[in-house]
Amino acid sequence: MSAEGRRRIAIVPAYNEERNIGRVLDELRAFDPGLDVVVISDGSLDRTAEVAAEHGAHVVRLPFNLGIGGAVQTGFRYAHERGYDLVVRCDGDGQHDPAELPKVLAPVLAGEADIAVGSRFAGEAGFRSSATRRVGIRLLAVIVSAIARQRLTDTTSGFQALNRKALELFAGDYPHDYPEVEGIVMTIKHRLRLREVPVTMREREHGRSSITALRSIYYMAKVLVALFVGLFRRRVVPAEDL
Amino acid sequence: MIAAGTPLKVSLAATAASLILVLVVFELIRSRRLRERYALLWLLTGIVLVVLSAWRGGLNTIAGWFGVKGYPPAVLFAVGLLFVILVLLHYSTVISRLSDQNVVLAQRLALLETRISEAGSASPAESFDALIPRGR
Repeated sequence: MSAEGRRRIAIVPAYNEERNIGRVLDELRAFDPGLDVVVISDGSLDRTAEVAAEHGAHVVRLPFNLGIGGAVQTGFRYAHERGYDLVVRCDGDGQHDPAELPKVLAPVLAGEADIAVGSRFAGEAGFRSSATRRVGIRLLAVIVSAIARQRLTDTTSGFQALNRKALELFAGDYPHDYPEVEGIVMTIKHRLRLREVPVTMREREHGRSSITALRSIYYMAKVLVALFVGLFRRRVVPAEDL
Repeated sequence: MIAAGTPLKVSLAATAASLILVLVVFELIRSRRLRERYALLWLLTGIVLVVLSAWRGGLNTIAGWFGVKGYPPAVLFAVGLLFVILVLLHYSTVISRLSDQNVVLAQRLALLETRISEAGSASPAESFDALIPRGR
């Protein structure tokens, strides 16, 4: 099954990415001209929204910074409201290469997964990062894999493809603080099928990532607490399973 | 060692202070500056304080129940501290709820703005911007 004929949209969260966003949008357009793109400007103080509009994207401007989870959920709600049935999520900083999108889309298009996640570590190494972050990412992967009862290597990847079922879940309820990690656990708890695919990610072109080395330790501690508590949360079974 | 009751002067001053607290709470509720849902908590606090202040042998009696020997007011501190912690915890839940609601409001506002600016010629996003203080 191909992407043709499906209403498909790319959600691009961006916070102060005026220098990267234009190229990301051009590449998305080049990858698939039929792909709608919505940029969620998360309280950006620069010209992110204007640049995105100039490059032909739909733009949603949040009045203040909600953080990645709140921004991405805004995109899910946008896509859900307008009846899209295929969603890709791609960061606005240029880290996610649209040329890699076919890999991420494949399991969803084939109907083998409700969510596909592009992993930096599942295949050959293509991503370098600080030692603290690597250890943290490894540790998270082990814990989340145990919870999910399937092998996962990259729990913080925002390079994802979702079908309508997953979109419905996340439009209604998306974790705000650590959306990728908690999102995986939510996916599993709601019995959606998650598939990881190896992708290569790029270094940022301009600016710095929002996660610094020292913060990642604090981040880890908070994620672990959130994960642990999340396990005891009441699970909402999808309607058709009732 | 059996301590005598609270000295009379201390008891009178404490009772007066506690009564003032109750009155202030009452006035705040009356003038709608304190929601009824928090009112009960504070009224209860005030009343407990009034009772403990006016009942001069009270602290000793209560300390006796818990087996506190030597310094009966320790019971008061323990109970007070516990109460403060509970109130703070309650505030954390209130703030969490408010910020969740705030997120939903921001999302709906942004989605509506997009809808309006797509539908009309005027750009409401810009006129709204003037009203919303920017910054994190």
